[in-house]
Amino acid sequence: MNVLREYFGRNVRQYGIVLALLLIVLLFQLLTDGRLLAPNNIAALFMQNAYVMILAIGMVAVIVAGHIDLSVGSVVAFIGGLVAIMMHNWGWSVPLAILAALVVGALVGAWQGFWIAFVGIPAFIVTLAGMLIFRGLAIVLVGQTIAPLPSSFNRIGNGSVANFLGFAGQMDVVTLVIGVIAIVGLVVSQVRARANLIKHELTVEVFGVFIGKLVVMGALIALVTYWLSLSRGGTPIILLIVGVLVLGFTFLMNRTVFGRHVYAVGGNRNAAILSGVSARNVDFMLFVNIGLLSAVAAIATTARAGAGVAAAGQNFELDAIAACFIGGTAVAGGVGKISGAMIGALIMGVLNMGLSILAVDAAWQQAIKGLVLLLAVALDIVSKRKGALR
Amino acid sequence: MATDATAQDGRGAGGGAPAGDLILQMRSISKEFPGVKALSDVTLEVRRGEVHAICGENGAGKSTLMKVLSGVYPHGTYTGDILLGGEEVRFKGIRDSEEAGIVIIHQELALVPRLSLAENMFLGNEQASGGVVDWNKTRSQAAKLLRRVGLHDNPDVTPLDIGVGKQQLVEIAKALSKKVDLLILDEPTAALNDEDSAHLLGLIAEFRDQGITSIIISHKLNEIAAIADRVTVIRDGQTIETLDFHGAETITEDRIIKGMVGRPLDNRFPDHEPQIGAEALRVEDWTVYHPIDTERMVVDHAHLTVHQGEIVGLAGLMGAGRTELAMSVFGRSYGANISGRIYKNGQEISIRTVRDAIKHGIAYTTEDRKALGLNLIQTIRENISASALGKVSNWWGVVRGGAEDVVAEKYRKEFRIKAPTVESVVGKLSGGNQQKVVLSKWVNADPDVLILDEPTRGIDVGAKYEIYGIINALAAAGKAVIVISSELPELIGVCDRIYAVSQGRITGEVARADATQEELMRYMTMEKTPAGAGQAQEGTN
Repeated sequence: MNVLREYFGRNVRQYGIVLALLLIVLLFQLLTDGRLLAPNNIAALFMQNAYVMILAIGMVAVIVAGHIDLSVGSVVAFIGGLVAIMMHNWGWSVPLAILAALVVGALVGAWQGFWIAFVGIPAFIVTLAGMLIFRGLAIVLVGQTIAPLPSSFNRIGNGSVANFLGFAGQMDVVTLVIGVIAIVGLVVSQVRARANLIKHELTVEVFGVFIGKLVVMGALIALVTYWLSLSRGGTPIILLIVGVLVLGFTFLMNRTVFGRHVYAVGGNRNAAILSGVSARNVDFMLFVNIGLLSAVAAIATTARAGAGVAAAGQNFELDAIAACFIGGTAVAGGVGKISGAMIGALIMGVLNMGLSILAVDAAWQQAIKGLVLLLAVALDIVSKRKGALR
Repeated sequence: MATDATAQDGRGAGGGAPAGDLILQMRSISKEFPGVKALSDVTLEVRRGEVHAICGENGAGKSTLMKVLSGVYPHGTYTGDILLGGEEVRFKGIRDSEEAGIVIIHQELALVPRLSLAENMFLGNEQASGGVVDWNKTRSQAAKLLRRVGLHDNPDVTPLDIGVGKQQLVEIAKALSKKVDLLILDEPTAALNDEDSAHLLGLIAEFRDQGITSIIISHKLNEIAAIADRVTVIRDGQTIETLDFHGAETITEDRIIKGMVGRPLDNRFPDHEPQIGAEALRVEDWTVYHPIDTERMVVDHAHLTVHQGEIVGLAGLMGAGRTELAMSVFGRSYGANISGRIYKNGQEISIRTVRDAIKHGIAYTTEDRKALGLNLIQTIRENISASALGKVSNWWGVVRGGAEDVVAEKYRKEFRIKAPTVESVVGKLSGGNQQKVVLSKWVNADPDVLILDEPTRGIDVGAKYEIYGIINALAAAGKAVIVISSELPELIGVCDRIYAVSQGRITGEVARADATQEELMRYMTMEKTPAGAGQAQEGTN
C-alpha cells in the first residue's frame, strides 16, 4: 500500500489529468441521466473532436520546442476549401485530391517554417500573419459553400469501418477485433519495454503496479470498444486515423533522434546548439509537420461537413493549444506529451458534448471551457510548486 | 586563543567572547527536508565588526544556513534559535530580515539587464513620494552609492554596458542603499577575475572599518585567508570548527581544507605523467570580431597548438578573449568575420558548424554550464547522449533505449556522479555533479581534442580533485586537452604548457616547469602597444 501511495505521489501530474477526465465524464453522465455515454454519442465524440486531436499532435511538438502556431485554423479552412474545389470544380479523384492537400499542407508549413527558422522571426508573429493570410485566401478561394463532395470522401469524416464480419449479438465484430488488437498491442509493448529495462538491470515499477496499470488501461480500451461496437456504425474511420497518428508521432517524439532534438531545443536552445543540434532544421521540420497535420485535419473537417466552407476551422488553433496546456505541456517549452494533449482534447470534447446534451447556451459553453483551461493549468502549476518544495 | 577552544567557548554560556560582542548567534539550527537532514545542530557565532567566512563543500549546508538566517525558510520550518544582537528574532520572510539589517547578496546576480543601474539599485525600494518616483533623488543617491563601492560609472547605463565584475559591485551598492548591519555575500567572486576580486575584497575590508559585519561564503580559500578574521567550517550539515586567523595557530589553506573534507589533502592536484604524442590541433592566424560590434577585434591573429596526450592551459583575465577563441574554433559558435586556419593531425580542415567540429573530433565544454551546457529540465541520461545520439540510435534515427541507458549508467559510475539513477533531473544536482554530466556528454562523443572552459568553476575542493583526475585520464588516453581557467594555481597544477592571452592575443607561452603565477600574470596583463614583445612570443610557437 505504501509503495502504491508513493508511486501515485510521484506521478500525480500524469494521473491527475486522467482522473480529471474520468471525473468530468462521471459528472456529465449523472447530469445527463446516462445519455453522455450512449454508444452513438461515444462514436460522435471521436468524430466531432478528431480535428482537435490531430492538430494537438503537431501543436505539442511545436510548443515543446518553444514556439506556437496560431495559423492552424485558417490553414484548415484554406486547405479544406482547396480540397473541395479540386474534387467538386476540377473533378479530381478523391485519392489525388487528398494527396494534393497533404502536399499543399507541407508547403504551407515550409513557408512558415522558412520565416521562423531561417529568417528568425518569432513563430507568434509569423503564424499570426499566417492566420490572416490563409483565412483571407480561404475566403477568396471558396466564396460560396462548395458542395456536394463525393460520398467516398465524406465517409472519412462521418463513416465507420465497414462491417464485413457481421454481428455478435448486437455487437459489431470488426470493432471487437480492433479492440482486441489494441489491447494485445498494449500488453505486448508494455511487457517488452519492461523486459528490456530488466535486461539492462534498470529499475522498473513494482510488479503489482505494472499489472494494475495494464489491467486498468486494458479495461478502459475494452469499455470503449464495447460501446463503439453497439453504436450505429461501429468504429469511426477517423478514430483509426487518429490512433495511427498518435502511435506514430509518440514514437517519433520519444524514440527517434529527431524527437529528442525537439525536447533538447525546447529545454535549452543554446545548450542544444552547442551540442551539435541544428535548431533551425528542427524548427523548420516542426512547422512542415504541423502543416501536414493541418492538411489531415482539413480533410477530416471538410469530409465531416460534406462541404468546403470559408468559415471552417474557426478557433481550431485555440482548441488545439488549450488541449496541449490542459494536457500538461509547459508554456516555456521543453515539457509535453502527446498522450497528455489527447486527454486534454477529450476533456474539451466531453465538456462540449455534455453541455450540448444539457442544452447549455453556446456562449456559456465557451465561458465554461475557458474556466476549465484556467483551472487545469493552475492545478498544474500549484502541484509543480509543491513538488519543488519537496 | 586556540582554534578549537574558540568553538568551545562560543557554545559555553558566557565563555570567551562576551555576549555583547556577538552580533549574531545561531544556536542548534536543524533543518530537515523530506528524507534529508540538511542542517543538524549547527552553531554559528559572528562577532560585531568582523569578516566571518563560511567554508564547506557544495551540499554541506552553507546556503541552507544562510536561507534560514535571511528568512527564506521562515521561522517554524527549522528548529533552533537565532539571536541578533542578543535578542531572539523570528523572521517570516526576507522583508523581516532586511528590516533587521541583514542583507544577502546571492551568488546569481539579480540585476535586471535593461534597467539602468539607478533603477536596479532602488528596485523595490523606489525613491518616491506619494507613489511618484523622484528621479533626481534616485540618480544622485545611486551615484553616491556607486562611488562608495569605487565605481564611477554613470547610474543611467544598464548592467549590459558594464562587466560582470562591476555588476557584482552594483549589487553591493544596492545592498548599501538599505540599512545594513550584517552583509552576507554568497560566492561573491565566483565569476570575477583576480583584479576585480581583489577590489571587491578590499571593499569588504573597508566596510569592516566602517563597522559593517560581513559573512562571506567562498570556495576560494586564498581569499578567505586574505580577508577573513575567523572562519567556520561546515561539513555534512554540521559545524566542524571555527578557526581564528588572529589566534595562536597559523591557519593555512590546507588547514581549512582538512576541516572541509575531513582529512588532510596531501595534494590538490593528482599526479600526471605526460605522454605527449603527435600534434593534434593547430590553429593559425585566428582572428575573430565581436558579433555585434563588428569593428572590434576580439581574437587577434592567435596561434595555438596542442598535441595528443597533452594538457594545454589558456590563462587570461576575464574579457581577454579565451572563451571567444575557443567558441569560434568550435564550429563558429561565437563571433563574426572569422579568419584563420585550423589543422587537425596536420591536415587543414574547415569547420563551419558545431556539427562539423564534432565530426572532426573537437569538443567544447562551456564555462556557463547552466545556460549553455545542460538542459536542466531533462535527465542525466538525456543530457549525456545529447551530443552523440547517433551512437545510440540505428541508421534510420530511432534511439535504442537500452543502449542509451547503458552508456549513461557507465558514466554515472565511472565519473562518480552522485545521483540515485541516470533518470535524475540534472537541475537538481550540485555544481560538481552537473559538471561531471557535461564532461560525460563530451567524453561520450569520443573527441580527439577537448576544450574545457572553466571546468571547475563554482565546485568544491573534493569534486575539483575528481575533475582533475578525469582530465588526466583523458590525456593519458591520448586526447589533447585545452583547459581555460581563471585560477592560475589550477593551470600550473594541471597543465603541461600554458598560453597566456591578453586583449585577444596570445602574449606568452610557458612550460609547466617554468610556470609561476607572477610570470603568467605579466603576460596576461601585457598591453597591446609593444608590438615587438608579442611578435617575439609568437615566434616561439
